[in-house]
Amino acid sequence: MAFDLKQVKLDADGFLADPNAWTEELAKAFAIEEGIPNLTERHWQVINFMRQEYKQKAEVPTIRRLKNAGGIPTKELYELFPNGPAKKAARIAGLPKPQGCV
Amino acid sequence: MQKNGKIEKVSIIVSRGSLDGVYPGLIMANGARMEGIEATLFFTFFGLEAIMKKRMKKLKVATVGNPGMHMPSLLGILPGMSAFATMMMKREMEKLDIPPVDEFIEMIHDAGAKLYACKASVDMFHLKKEDFCEQVEDIINVGTFYELSAGAQIIFT
Repeated sequence: MAFDLKQVKLDADGFLADPNAWTEELAKAFAIEEGIPNLTERHWQVINFMRQEYKQKAEVPTIRRLKNAGGIPTKELYELFPNGPAKKAARIAGLPKPQGCV
Repeated sequence: MQKNGKIEKVSIIVSRGSLDGVYPGLIMANGARMEGIEATLFFTFFGLEAIMKKRMKKLKVATVGNPGMHMPSLLGILPGMSAFATMMMKREMEKLDIPPVDEFIEMIHDAGAKLYACKASVDMFHLKKEDFCEQVEDIINVGTFYELSAGAQIIFT
């Protein structure tokens, strides 16, 4: 059974209020809402890298950082998370909405 | 053009060739793609410098005739002034994870934006398709630009 997003606290932007409350089940529920019914291994690679970076720097990584440090080519990122990859991936990863311009 | 007030397509014209002249358009195009907005970039006049293989890595900040520099133009002409301002801007950009022009162009292209060079400017500067980086789709005239921009918001920078 799918995780019910109504059970967790979201911020004003609809992102997970507390990144520590994140679970993989929660990620799957967010992903379905974002139009990604199946999270593949490559999706998880992005999600895990983002969470790891956030843990270290308290900042959501940029698309460039995902490319240069995370090894996820920009083209592929846009294919994995269509129509707004940085925001979508951050939401699925249980992180706040990215604040930067790039 | 808009559904529920949301912008769905933008056409961004880059007409200047200084570092400070090129970045706003690139940031806006990249930002559009990040929001799932379709984006077309049209490089015209000195804006062509941003997509020229030999020039794109060498763009400089304009220190003369630029009131934002808070520097009299007479000082701006001093040797090394533009290089210094350029170095400072690049350093600050790097802190924000904004890529150098060549990497940015590649990222914007990989993000699905389409890049075009303006035919009149290409002819005026006696350039050829080979002078441009591989991310440039085509050299097009202004009429084609408007055709491609159907339903788009047009932004001139």
